[in-house]
Amino acid sequence: MFNQIGVRLIFVVALTSLIIIGVFAYFNIKSQSSSLLSEVERNANQLGETVISSTRYDMLLNQRERIQQVITTIGEQPGIRNVRILNKVGIIIYSSDTTSINKMVDKKAESCYVCHAANQPLEKISITERTRIYRLHPDSSRVLGIIIPIYNEKSCWQAECHAHPKNQKVLGVLDVTISLAEVDKRIVKSELDIVIFAIVAIIAVGFSIGLFIKKWVSKPVKNLLYATKQVSEGNLNYSINASGKDEISKLGMSFNNMTKKLSEARMQLFQTDKMASLGRLAAGVAHEINNPLTGVLTYSSFLLKRTKDNPEFQEDLKVIVRETIRSREIVKSLLDFARQSVPKKNEADLVEIIDKAIAVLDKQLSLKKIKIIKQFDTNLPKITIDSNQIEQVFINLFVNAADAMEKNGGNIIVSAQQLSLSPFGIIQVKKATCRKRHSLIDNEYKIDGLPALKVKVISGGKEGIIHLDPVYGKHHNFFDLDFSIGKDAKFVCPECNTSIVNPDKVCPICGLPILDFEVEGQGIYEVCSSVNSNWEKWDFVDSTGLRPYIEVKVKDTGIGISKEDLPNIFDPFFSTKGQKGNGLGLAVIWGIIDNHNGTITVDSELNKGTTFTIRLPLTQQR
Amino acid sequence: MKKNADILVIDDEQVIIDAVVKICALDNYSVDTALTMKTGFEKISKSNYPIILSDIMMPDGDGFEILDEIRNKNIASLVIMMSGYSTVENAVNSLYKGALDFIPKPFTVDELLSSLFRAKNYQAIREKQKQAYPKKFNGEVLYVTCPSKYARLGYSAWMFQEREGSVLIGVCDLFVKTVDQIQEIELFNHDDEIAQGISCATFKCSNDRSHKILAPLSGRIVEVNDKIKNNPNLIEKDPYFEGWLYRIIPANFDYETKYLITSSSEKL
Repeated sequence: MFNQIGVRLIFVVALTSLIIIGVFAYFNIKSQSSSLLSEVERNANQLGETVISSTRYDMLLNQRERIQQVITTIGEQPGIRNVRILNKVGIIIYSSDTTSINKMVDKKAESCYVCHAANQPLEKISITERTRIYRLHPDSSRVLGIIIPIYNEKSCWQAECHAHPKNQKVLGVLDVTISLAEVDKRIVKSELDIVIFAIVAIIAVGFSIGLFIKKWVSKPVKNLLYATKQVSEGNLNYSINASGKDEISKLGMSFNNMTKKLSEARMQLFQTDKMASLGRLAAGVAHEINNPLTGVLTYSSFLLKRTKDNPEFQEDLKVIVRETIRSREIVKSLLDFARQSVPKKNEADLVEIIDKAIAVLDKQLSLKKIKIIKQFDTNLPKITIDSNQIEQVFINLFVNAADAMEKNGGNIIVSAQQLSLSPFGIIQVKKATCRKRHSLIDNEYKIDGLPALKVKVISGGKEGIIHLDPVYGKHHNFFDLDFSIGKDAKFVCPECNTSIVNPDKVCPICGLPILDFEVEGQGIYEVCSSVNSNWEKWDFVDSTGLRPYIEVKVKDTGIGISKEDLPNIFDPFFSTKGQKGNGLGLAVIWGIIDNHNGTITVDSELNKGTTFTIRLPLTQQR
Repeated sequence: MKKNADILVIDDEQVIIDAVVKICALDNYSVDTALTMKTGFEKISKSNYPIILSDIMMPDGDGFEILDEIRNKNIASLVIMMSGYSTVENAVNSLYKGALDFIPKPFTVDELLSSLFRAKNYQAIREKQKQAYPKKFNGEVLYVTCPSKYARLGYSAWMFQEREGSVLIGVCDLFVKTVDQIQEIELFNHDDEIAQGISCATFKCSNDRSHKILAPLSGRIVEVNDKIKNNPNLIEKDPYFEGWLYRIIPANFDYETKYLITSSSEKL
């Protein structure tokens, strides 16, 4: 559960808001209670002054009953626990609690402590020092005690009662204690309020964050995860519905793009493989069928010769001979297809070739009310191709496009432009040598149809040959060894046993040795010796940067190709035209483009049209 | 030594051997047969066959070994190769290695008979030369009177490079001599493609025979010699100059000329 990114995010956000709200609440409560207390203090001070000034006249007249009455009255007010006046030796003279009158107060008591903490009692205390907050018992509510000294003044020592001598400074002390129960209750209440607010706020924040995380993060991530699973299970046609502009949507789009590219590459590879095996099959079948066909053809044509004077037989035998010759032609075309001659490449003008192909079909197309619209970039450079084969490609594509149109015609849009593509995964190492100029190309061992690079490995007393993919960036290497490559392994030229390990460098990914191949006239091709690392580098090719290609698109407004048919259209003998086609057209096109080191891809939408995209390298690698 | 058969047929399919035997009987050729390369070699070493007809793909070896054997041992037999795997490579290779002709399987009675007919005539021409120049004629080599700078595919067709990218194609004099009077020539059209080792023209001769010319080079026809269409005899009169067939743009000149025999070569 906690491994989910959404849960983690919610947790982090909730924790952060808890801390922020907690700190805020702490300081808020603190300031609230201190302002409440200072309010109470101020009130208590005022109350004390009021008591002193309201009893002052009675004091001067020494009317003790009246003073006691005033103090009792005030003491009865709510919130006031006790009001008392002590004389200078600590005897309670007046008190709202009448039972404590005439009792001696302990100097160590909380209320006396202010002045009597030092040995000599203070004669003056500041306003802030007058108050103290304390508990009478540990479990009772808090009380606020205030002590106001009553100072001697002229009217006191001149009063008729002569109760106080002139040299006495402090006559006594007014001591008021106020219960803080009410205040404490309010503080607790506001604490409770803030805690409730904090909990509600955290839940709200967590909930809303969770909701949006689910919508913006969890769900798209889950979709992506599902998509990667689909792709890893081989369903390369799976695409994510990503339409937003945020990073995850962009990731989704880039994922879709990646799977599309992957499926195209896989198709191309698959196709090459299929073509090769089909070629072998066709050749074998052709040979096998040709022998029995020879029997049929020789005997039938023999009979045809022998029965010259029997017209009845002649007719029938002619049919047999004719049909057998037809079978011979079919087998021949099968062989022609399987062979797919090596392209004979020359510099040519692609636009001219396309124009030629259009000219061939001109009449046929105008009959069908099909218009060809040309959109060529100006100044397209010359390209090295087999003009005949490429013309064949365009004728086939145009015929297909025309066949895909309904009766009322349509448009075929041909566009061509130059573009640059990375050479990584395209360029092939054709000549590689060790330092003593021995060829390291193994013509006997082919990887994806191309001669591999061979290296002898000596490790732990055993030796064997490994084969590396000659295509830069493809890493389709074969380590067919019956031992594992140890740290002591030597990588040498199979002929002269010279090491081909680069002495100054190790693989930046895995730290294992790097193999150096000298490529004639094209610098040094470096590749990691490890089975697991894909590191390779070819400065010569990298420095040439992007390679120029010409991209031609043939777009029609025909009936389109269904999604089910789309992956199969380059298969030999696959045809949607029923009796009309032999299903070899696109397969042949594919073969031709592949022989030119180019690519052909198709996009189609039912009832809207089909677009074929052909990319041909401007120059062929020699 | 008993009388030799005219033809030795080597093929691993009994049906084909039977068919060839029957067909050869039509033109009164006597035929000996071999079902394996091994028996074929044994028979070749024992007796002289004027003509050997051999399949290329045999279970115990390939037919090209016969050609090597004949060259190495200086045997006078003429070899015609046939194959169900009738690739351009097989055809061109056969002719390059000294075969007189290449017959792709399946073939008709007429195709086989015309090839045998030419072989028979070739043999006769050779005999004649042998008698005419008994001293000069050493071994079995028969010179084709091809002009210099010409190159040919076997003994049948020649090519001459006029300039970069333009090649003339025609039929060798020896080939013309091995066929009957040419009555009609079937030619390809302008802009057609021809391929090395594959038939590019047909001579229709008397006796209902037709002879196919295997193209010496691949390419696109840019000009057809109209003169020979109207006057097929021109080929017989002047096979190397006026009697040319096509002017072509070669498709793969450098590669294909490797399989051609130059006029200076003493090879057949």
